[in-house]
Amino acid sequence: MPFKYFGKTNFTPYTKVDKFADYLHKGKLMGTKCKKCGEIYFPPRADCLKCMDDSFEWIEFSGKGTLNSFTTIHAAPKGFDDIAPYTIGIVDLKEGGRLLAWIGDIPKDEIKNDMSVKVIPRIFEEIPEIKLYYTIEKP
Amino acid sequence: MEANTYNKWVKQVKIGIVGIGHGKFGNRSDATVQELAFEPFKQAIEDAKNLGREDIDSLVVGSVPEYHMQRSLPGVVAEYVGMNPKSVWLTEAACASGSAAIRTAYMSIKSGMHDIVAVIGVQKMRELSTEEILALMGRVGDVQWESIFGTTFPGYYALYANRHMHEFGTTKEQMALVAVKNHYYGSMNPYAFFQKEVTKERVIDSEDVASPVSVFDCCANADGAACVILTNEKLAKKFNDTPIWLEGMGSASAQMSLLRRPNLVEIPSAVEAAKQAYEQAKVKPSDIQVADVHDCFTIAEIMAYENLGFCEKGKGGRFIEEKQSYIGGKTPVNVDGGLKAKGHPVGATGVSMTTEIVKQLRGEAGKRQVNGAEIGLTHNVGGIGQYTFVQILRR
Repeated sequence: MPFKYFGKTNFTPYTKVDKFADYLHKGKLMGTKCKKCGEIYFPPRADCLKCMDDSFEWIEFSGKGTLNSFTTIHAAPKGFDDIAPYTIGIVDLKEGGRLLAWIGDIPKDEIKNDMSVKVIPRIFEEIPEIKLYYTIEKP
Repeated sequence: MEANTYNKWVKQVKIGIVGIGHGKFGNRSDATVQELAFEPFKQAIEDAKNLGREDIDSLVVGSVPEYHMQRSLPGVVAEYVGMNPKSVWLTEAACASGSAAIRTAYMSIKSGMHDIVAVIGVQKMRELSTEEILALMGRVGDVQWESIFGTTFPGYYALYANRHMHEFGTTKEQMALVAVKNHYYGSMNPYAFFQKEVTKERVIDSEDVASPVSVFDCCANADGAACVILTNEKLAKKFNDTPIWLEGMGSASAQMSLLRRPNLVEIPSAVEAAKQAYEQAKVKPSDIQVADVHDCFTIAEIMAYENLGFCEKGKGGRFIEEKQSYIGGKTPVNVDGGLKAKGHPVGATGVSMTTEIVKQLRGEAGKRQVNGAEIGLTHNVGGIGQYTFVQILRR
């Protein structure tokens, strides 16, 4: 599963962490772990920020976390006008790191800062080509 | 020069501004980029005394190339303003390109490589089609992990605002008051895009762009140009009776992605750049008598008060509510109207800020003059905080 299938519009088809899309397709949310110093990353990184080692392994994230911040975007950029307005949030992940995604089926008045959430891997059903993404949901 | 003498010179030589120019900001469909650049360049040469174009050693252009049809912009600007065959180059740091250009000019004079350097910040934001603008707008963040969810500039500042409101109780009303202040002062600035006042209600009731950010919380894309001419202290008095000295030059970076930042309630590059500038200029935040800060969104000005130390962390909302950033308050901020009223021609903005502080410190700011101001500050933020440049200027 090439990385180009990650995202409604993908801007970076080639990356050293392209297996991320493969895992996501199988329903797994994966981060990376530096083989040398053990630092954990989400979003994934091929090269360790801390010790600069370039060997890493994949580790599965639970998807659990808390909602740091959110906004409903009304003025959308190219490729997203058909789904506007949409709400995006930033999640502080339990295992460390952060993730940005659409908020899924949480009613608007129930979206609160610091609420517990879970990130769920998804496939766009309505787009003919496979498109992978994830949403922020109630745990 | 002997190594020791040289080192001492680099350390001690002061760099001053001896000429400034500012074109009209706004919808400038009447002019090409190079024609826009010419306006403040001519003004700046005339503003300095006894200075001819031939005295200038090099030209630094601050601009963001992807907005222009013309590729390699410094080439066409240098030709049009008549700087060939002098040295010319482009400096880019997103919305902070103007201040980045001033920094490179400062460095080239400090090093002794050049004596007199002109900086032109210039941008035309309206050459591209709406289609192209919408595509560019979708690639402001980290394109690998964030832009794929349709993030935008206002969206990122909305994420700051949402968290700032949650942690500190900042309100939409306080954000609106920033717009009210900046449009009030903008109404007195003939170079501003918008020269009309707005009410708090108008700001709050304006349409949502990315909640809690509404249309009137955002600055507008604009076309425009500004220019400053810098030289060392040996030459400065020859060209101006009142050179304004660049005494603190802070510059720092922060993660591109909000996902890798320590928190979402401050801009770490601004905190670091401010610290550097205060140390170099040997002044405290309370010594600043007038400041131009990067109010691309109203929440950005509130965070700027805090990040620059004008008030405590989390008290930025209160600071505007108490009118501490008006003339007569603790620290007058954006009394030229800020990006909010002037408009934001990205490459020109930082240079525009410096020209305003120079005017204030010379005592030439007219109706919006802060009486007796001798120490001023500029704060120019690139992107969503990836780069910040803070200058402290002194009469």
